[in-house]
Amino acid sequence: MLAKRLIPCLDVRDGKVVKGVQFRNHEIIGDIVPLAQRYAEAGADELVFYDITASSDGRVVDKSWVQRIAEVIDIPFCVAGGIKTVADAGKILEMGADKISVNSPALARPELINELNHHFGQQCVVVGIDSFFDVTSGQYQVYQFTGDESRTQKTQWLTRDWVAEVLKRGAGEIVLNCMNQDGVRQGYDIAQLKSIRDICTVPLIASGGAGTMQHFTDVFNQADVDGALAASVFHKGIIEIAALKAKLIADGISIRP
Amino acid sequence: MQLVIVDTGCANISSVYFAFKRLGVKASISSDARVIKAADKVLLPGVGTAHNAMARLQQAELINTLQSLQQPMLGICLGMQLLTRHSMEGDVACLNLIPGEVLPMQSGELRLPHMGWNTLKNINNHPLMQGFTETDYVYFVHSFAVAPDSYSLAQCHYGNDFAAVIGKDNVAGAQFHPERSGKTGARLLQNFLEWQL
Repeated sequence: MLAKRLIPCLDVRDGKVVKGVQFRNHEIIGDIVPLAQRYAEAGADELVFYDITASSDGRVVDKSWVQRIAEVIDIPFCVAGGIKTVADAGKILEMGADKISVNSPALARPELINELNHHFGQQCVVVGIDSFFDVTSGQYQVYQFTGDESRTQKTQWLTRDWVAEVLKRGAGEIVLNCMNQDGVRQGYDIAQLKSIRDICTVPLIASGGAGTMQHFTDVFNQADVDGALAASVFHKGIIEIAALKAKLIADGISIRP
Repeated sequence: MQLVIVDTGCANISSVYFAFKRLGVKASISSDARVIKAADKVLLPGVGTAHNAMARLQQAELINTLQSLQQPMLGICLGMQLLTRHSMEGDVACLNLIPGEVLPMQSGELRLPHMGWNTLKNINNHPLMQGFTETDYVYFVHSFAVAPDSYSLAQCHYGNDFAAVIGKDNVAGAQFHPERSGKTGARLLQNFLEWQL
């Protein structure tokens, strides 16, 4: 039976892993390659490396580390951040990444999704979506350039509409980052994930809000996501992957031991 | 031992190269027919579409070379699919080394691509499958598959059963990605290195 995936996300800046609370006050967590190796050995099902500054700075993700990671780990990994063209994506995939994830550049130029699908196949194309619940409008809206607080801006897209659009254009997987929950460890945004699950015909990965092991059980049981992404709970050792997997298996969830 | 990875121009070549390097084998990456023919073992990688991959093999004039190899050859993912007779992904003729056809997966209500770690079943006693059990998980990413038949060395279930590993004579292929399937995947690659015809 297909297993639900546990996906540590390593936010990268200048070859270091960082993770802040609600994208602010970044702190360096460690060197990227040994961390990647540690997670692969600890039982992570997949890894995501996200250059949080790339899109905002207008520069392409520094890629030298992609190959160093590909050399040492034997689980799939995805690289995100500042991938604006087929050529950008091609270099990263050639260095050994299994998937590439696009976010702000796809909002700026949605055809990018079609192009990536055409050149590399649907299975390589992940679309990351930063979704924020606007209390005044009562709507989930898509945000752009979330890697840099001063440039973060609301887009014209309601989250549901953007999900439908990226599916139409050939996305192979969606990572839905629920910004209200990000970094605060109060649990995944089950209501939003459920509503997106209903319209999402490709794998859906929950992101933002993991704080306890129960949060993972809840998001798999209640929102039927294919994977759960988390950062700080793993980086800070709040949750050990082996213990989390044991609990999820005990809770009846399909997990690779 | 001389292991050659066929340079299909596909994206997972370096992942496959590094996976063998972790097993202590330094592979050559080549699209030169002479180099491929002289190899002890040949690895056919593949990510992308069957149509593009076959076009590349055609362009490199490798179709006949691959079809006439006598030494062990292993295809991975799309590389496995290319070993069959025909792929509906782009409606393209493949290498026709193992009977079978690549069809869109019939997963019912389940999401496609079939992406993630899944278990194997009906595991054959083939040398490539030594040490594998039905509790082992391997990593899949695909939307097309080959139906189980007498050439299946292992199957997987996702909505329907499909072939996870196929083989005939000196040729075999894995639908999953052994280079990204942890220790279990490394076992398949190790078995391939040790495979004696």
